[in-house]
Amino acid sequence: MSGNRSRFDKLGVVIAAIAASGVFFAPFATFRANRIVPGEGRTILEALPLWAAATLLLVLALATMVALLRFPLSWRLGASIAALAALMLLIGLAANHLTPPENTYARVAPASGFWLLNFAFALLAADSLTRLRLGPMARIAVLALAALAVTAILYSGSWNGLSILKEYANRADSFWAEAAKHVTLALGSLAAAVVAGIPLGILCHRVPTLRDGVLNVLNIIQTIPSIALFGILIAPLGWIAVHVPGAAEIGIRGIGTAPAFVALFLYSLLPVVANTVVGLAGVPPAANDAARGVGMTARQRLFSIEFPLAFPVILTGIRIVLVQNIGLATIAALIGGGGFGVFVFQGIGQTAMDLVLLGAVPTVALAFAAAVILDAATEMTALNGGQAA
Amino acid sequence: MIEIENITKRYGEVEVVSDVSFVVQPRTITVIVGTSGSGKTTLLRMINRLVEPTSGVIKLDGRDNRAVPAYELRRHIGYAIQGHGLFPHRTVAQNIATVPVLLGWEKDRIDARVNELLSLFQLDPATFGPRYPHELSGGQQQRVGVARALAAEPNVLLMDEPFGALDPVIRAKAQEDLLAIQKRFGTTIILVTHDMEEAIHLGNRIAVMDEGRLIQYATPAEILAKPATPFVETLIGTGDRPFRLLSLNEIREAVEPGTAEGEALPASATQRDALAELLWSGREALPVEADGKPIGRVTVEGLIRRAARPA
Ligand SMILES: Nc1ncnc2c1ncn2[C@@H]1O[C@H](COP(=O)(O)OP(=O)(O)OP(=O)(O)O)[C@@H](O)[C@H]1O
Ligand SMILES: [Mg+2]
Repeated sequence: MSGNRSRFDKLGVVIAAIAASGVFFAPFATFRANRIVPGEGRTILEALPLWAAATLLLVLALATMVALLRFPLSWRLGASIAALAALMLLIGLAANHLTPPENTYARVAPASGFWLLNFAFALLAADSLTRLRLGPMARIAVLALAALAVTAILYSGSWNGLSILKEYANRADSFWAEAAKHVTLALGSLAAAVVAGIPLGILCHRVPTLRDGVLNVLNIIQTIPSIALFGILIAPLGWIAVHVPGAAEIGIRGIGTAPAFVALFLYSLLPVVANTVVGLAGVPPAANDAARGVGMTARQRLFSIEFPLAFPVILTGIRIVLVQNIGLATIAALIGGGGFGVFVFQGIGQTAMDLVLLGAVPTVALAFAAAVILDAATEMTALNGGQAA
Repeated sequence: MIEIENITKRYGEVEVVSDVSFVVQPRTITVIVGTSGSGKTTLLRMINRLVEPTSGVIKLDGRDNRAVPAYELRRHIGYAIQGHGLFPHRTVAQNIATVPVLLGWEKDRIDARVNELLSLFQLDPATFGPRYPHELSGGQQQRVGVARALAAEPNVLLMDEPFGALDPVIRAKAQEDLLAIQKRFGTTIILVTHDMEEAIHLGNRIAVMDEGRLIQYATPAEILAKPATPFVETLIGTGDRPFRLLSLNEIREAVEPGTAEGEALPASATQRDALAELLWSGREALPVEADGKPIGRVTVEGLIRRAARPA
């Protein structure tokens, strides 16, 4: 290649390759006669009416072109959005097209080709958004718009033919109950970890001899596999349920929500404590010194100088914990703790992939949204802190 | 009055301040000079107890500085930290308001004070008040640091190389401002600097430190005339000595009867400036005026006599 500037965009080549394999070598949708038999793949041409298939292929081809050649950023973003929108809308159409009339057993699900194409253009969208250097507020707005678009499609009913929504239709009540449990578990354990972890972090910062001990213990806890941790917790929590009056009434048992909550809490402590310690250690010595020099008491210094300056770093820890907990809360279902994991493990048990997806897709979406929102929040506090320099 | 009595500070085996004693009279400026690492900052920080002395006593207006809680003491002693030590997450206005807020002043009074100080240091309150420290130049940051130290109108002001980052023009201006503030409020100031010129210009008295010891504590004229050790002599810079001596006094004191040609100098100009003007213009004498009226003249010969080592 002559010079260091090729005619093709590097990421565009990757995106084109992924998209091409999604179109030519992988099925767009899977058709199954009922929910547990193995499925058969259907290509775009088979899965959609001719006009729709042609439209989709045209949009994908154009978007790939834009990705491949060096088009302006706004074009690339527009192309990725158009491709994603076409995929989203037409997968619903594929479901209706493939399902024989009056047949309630047949299942149509997105197949690997659909996911590959989504991945390819999501990559393009993410890359364009990153390169546009959107501010924190703008990123949250983009997230809200995406959420709104998905909600609108869900409400319009155009996805109702898809297997995952058929699974949902059968479990609408328990879905929202488990969703509530999932969020409560993830946020509740996070809140507990923040309430306990920040003071512990401050203590570790002030008492250096304590720091290594505490961080080592938390590190070891972090390495215990979750199943093992649940096992370890059964005995003590069971003992508490039997011997502490009132404990059983508020739901403390060897299995169920209590051990799941405690396990998530323990896993959350390390990032919160460690980031509090690191954040406080990163406070400029001159600011601390000046705070003493102007006559602040130790308390005033902590609350009006050290803590605000350490806050962006602490928030990064909270972000790690929240994303981690949203994922880990899935495991709670193993010991009867509820959450989206219920669908995942039921689905695995019944070899019903659609049911697994009913648990997995909302979990991933929640974790992704939490990451975007907290990243934006971290950036905003850092900006207000005037630490951009 | 600040009485420093037999102050020693040891870090482990190393003595960084050794048995230093001197008295700072109220409403005066004392400048501490010395090489890097000679213990200037440590000595200064023992006055407001940011550093606890190993032995010795420091009294402020006769009271041991350990008589009140350290934070209480520090709220009444202005401290402009080496560097600037501004709080990066607070605006310039909030930084300056720190001590008045701690002291519980009313909001109107705080706002008025912040604006007054910003204007005093040539920083437009509307422009600079809402900025964050990282949005200022190094010199501006330093001025805000000094403004913060002055905010609660302290009787005692400790300044650690407050003008280090300023260019010569702003620096000269800041020095004049400091002198004006000191006259107006009668503040007792202890200032640390590396710059002998600054020490001679600002100090009523100069304390010379070397390796933790106080080598000489005297008026600028005395230091110039009788440096206590060869070290002090090097610090003064022997080449500049006569000119520094002349810079201490106004030409009012060197006026001789008679007249001279050319433009007159005001009686408040320093003798150094007058000599420089004479040498530069190649003249023998200059007219001097006070309040617009001629009062006599200064001559090259007369000034040169005054630049000689005092007996
Ligand atoms: N906390 C400390 N622990 C150990 N040694 C210290 C400490 N603080 C200062 N020192 C040492 O004490 C000596 C005097 O330091 P100090 O800061 O008072 O010097 P200084 O005269 O202000 O120097 P500079 O002009 O460079 O600011 C130095 O050798 C320094 O290394
Ligand atoms: Mg120093």
